[in-house]
Amino acid sequence: MGKARGRHRGGREGLATTFVWSAAVLVTATFCWLLGDILWHGLSHLSWTFLTAPPRNAGREGGIGPILVSTALILGVCLGVAVPLGVGTAVLLAEFTTDASLFGRLTRRSLDVLSGVPSIVFGLFGNVFFCKTLGLGFSILSGGLTLACMVLPILIRSTEEGFRAVPAGYRLSAAALGLSRTTTLFHLLLPAAVPGLLVGLVLGVGRAIAETAALIFTSGYVDRMPESLLDSGRSLSIHIFDLSMNVSGGDTNAYASALVLVVVLLAINRTASWLAEHWLHRRIVTV
Amino acid sequence: MNQCHALFMLKKYAALVALSMAALISVPASAGAQAGTVDQLTGRLVITGASTLAPLIAEIGKRFESLYPTVRIDVQSGGSSRGVADARQGLADIGMVSRAMKEDERDLSAFPVARDGVCPILHQENPVQALTDEQIVAIYTGKISNWKLVGGTDAPITVVNKADGRSTLEVFLQYFKLKNVDVKAQVVIGDNEQGVKTVAGNRNAIGYVSIGTAEYDAAHGIPIKLLPIGGVAASTESVRNGVFPLSRPLHLVTRTAPSGLTNAFIEYAQSKAVHDLINQQYFVPLAH
Amino acid sequence: MTSSTNNTLSRWPTDRLLLWLLRGAAAIAGAIVLLIVAFLVMEALPVLRHVGVARFFTDPSWHPAEGFYNLTPMLWGTMFAMVGSVLIATPLGILSAVFCHYYAPPAIARPYRRLIELLAGIPSVVYGFWGLVVLVPLIGAIHPPGPSLLAGIVILSIMILPTIALMADASLANVPPQYLRGAAALGLPRWATLRGIVFPAAKSGLFTGVILETGRAVGETMAILMVCGNVVQTPHSLFDPMRTLTANIALEMAYALGDHRAALFVSGLVLVGMIAALVAAADWISHGRIYG
Repeated sequence: MGKARGRHRGGREGLATTFVWSAAVLVTATFCWLLGDILWHGLSHLSWTFLTAPPRNAGREGGIGPILVSTALILGVCLGVAVPLGVGTAVLLAEFTTDASLFGRLTRRSLDVLSGVPSIVFGLFGNVFFCKTLGLGFSILSGGLTLACMVLPILIRSTEEGFRAVPAGYRLSAAALGLSRTTTLFHLLLPAAVPGLLVGLVLGVGRAIAETAALIFTSGYVDRMPESLLDSGRSLSIHIFDLSMNVSGGDTNAYASALVLVVVLLAINRTASWLAEHWLHRRIVTV
Repeated sequence: MNQCHALFMLKKYAALVALSMAALISVPASAGAQAGTVDQLTGRLVITGASTLAPLIAEIGKRFESLYPTVRIDVQSGGSSRGVADARQGLADIGMVSRAMKEDERDLSAFPVARDGVCPILHQENPVQALTDEQIVAIYTGKISNWKLVGGTDAPITVVNKADGRSTLEVFLQYFKLKNVDVKAQVVIGDNEQGVKTVAGNRNAIGYVSIGTAEYDAAHGIPIKLLPIGGVAASTESVRNGVFPLSRPLHLVTRTAPSGLTNAFIEYAQSKAVHDLINQQYFVPLAH
Repeated sequence: MTSSTNNTLSRWPTDRLLLWLLRGAAAIAGAIVLLIVAFLVMEALPVLRHVGVARFFTDPSWHPAEGFYNLTPMLWGTMFAMVGSVLIATPLGILSAVFCHYYAPPAIARPYRRLIELLAGIPSVVYGFWGLVVLVPLIGAIHPPGPSLLAGIVILSIMILPTIALMADASLANVPPQYLRGAAALGLPRWATLRGIVFPAAKSGLFTGVILETGRAVGETMAILMVCGNVVQTPHSLFDPMRTLTANIALEMAYALGDHRAALFVSGLVLVGMIAALVAAADWISHGRIYG
């Protein structure tokens, strides 16, 4: 009987292993196909001039210099607004509300609903609210604020998960030591919850940098070097969209721009994880 | 230690707030009035509307900016309807409309800047070389659904139509005297390039796009070919000569008679100085 | 979980300030949804008044030029695409995370995770472009016309996979190591540990991941626009072209005026309503036990 059970268990384990490895291989293969396509078509057109020169002939020639600057500014505004709001809300939901509280449940549910609003609706909303009602017009600021709205649910939910994962022992020890909740938060809990914050940040940055529909109506189409946050400036994803769908013959530069975007994203993610590990190791020793 | 940390956070966000404040203050300085004399042009123009026109007007805008360095021309897309609506509400100085003006748009001042033709496209390897108007109507209404009935291979036809409201669609329907409810399409596309890529990826597809787009792509190796209409070959040349039957005007519109910077820009866009830009974007400049 | 009542920890003035700042942040975050819904309702009101809600589900077709506003075929399109993609992406994503943590040698796990993080940031237009140029002709060769529900499901699955994979990855990382040591001590093999101990421990993170990915699947616009064919019809097979509500808004908003435009906002409201219903259902199913 023991032998039969052992064989059965071994079979199930083997099946599980096969499934897991197949999933990984399938995912890797699909993504390599996609990334390989971008690399294949885009690599030959990359150059330092491409990264710094302004676009000419509707983007078919020239480079993407001003567009990179606009994208960086939009991302900066988005994160500058979303991170404090998001982390604040996550902290409130995780630390200062009980699971049964109505406020907590309502906020969580409304954030879930927010995560499902289509990107184009965000664009239209941003256009009416930020551009017209708040009078910001087509600007990097409007675009960044609209993106912040889009990125908030992801950031909040995963930061909240990060806080939930911190063992209760940390909080109890802090209470035993008589630390204020502010100190506990900044010195103990936040560093320990950083992995969750990091995932939220990576997903959020990914979503923000990939967004097209929302930005067309808010930060606009202009491909000039922006002079202030109130200038209109197109993001890299809008440039890729315009080149591939609106401008005939823009495909080659679209691929090159997509490649630049992938590399920029890689750099942002590496920096974020490096920062997290650095902060984590200095502040806390995990048991 | 706690205070240091808090102060650092405060400094970071104070910097951001200060930057935003500075940005906000800098706007009234630059946005200002579209001031007076032609040789002292300054100010900012906001132009919104059709995405077909946006690349062209953006290029014209760049050249205009190089002539008058204190001017800023901001071009946004969003569609012909947005161009009309924004011009009417004063949210944009100029609207871009990629079609003939409608009856209820007579209150706006319209200035044509270029022409664009519309032609059917097939995959390069499709043996069919030409289709009569009746055949095209039959294909698009679903009465002919196999290529062998019009001299091609034995394969089902994939009909590619444009989305409701697009001006290319309206031009097409008007010429062939069809209504959109009668069209039986297998694929509906938005932008011209999407149409080109759809047909290029399907040997049995038929679609219609702007001649400029199709001509450029065909010349650059995309496997499509342009079909003649009524015996007239489809090319920007035949649109320029006025012999090609399917074409649409591209307009800049304003709410009232334009003045100052707006007027200067519209005149520039209609002048001979930008004909090379119009050709470069594969549209047809208007002879004045 | 430490309770938030005041008399458990010492009262410091900074704590009060912190609490109010946090409440302010949460209020802003929560208010955004209300603002968006209010905006949608305001824009949709004209057509709801003229035409009434029922006609959005009973008209013969979607042809706003003729005054027909039936949303049902597109609603089916959205639902099929969402269900199909979530069904594919969830197991693949969770298994990917499991792979990273429990099955892969460390030298493979790190690059694999980087790969998935990268995929979270690729613009939907790039996915759409790739889909249009590579995937659609491939499907077209099997069964014309090519742009179809299947293409939409495949592209959507690829797009939402990073969300569930990374959330699952984070929640698997948060499983307390004592649980795993306990399982090892009991002699449980790998898959049994996963099934019996890790997944239940990580369930709140997995649940959040599924909600977020479903939201993304419902809200995706650009890529779907390029690969699904955009024909307004209820798809009867995987190879039928179809149009989702989001693609509809994107396609027609640029050129819509008056009642047509308001009707598009009605479809936006329907989408938000759908997500709200899904979230409520998930809440009800879990009976709040997920966060226990």
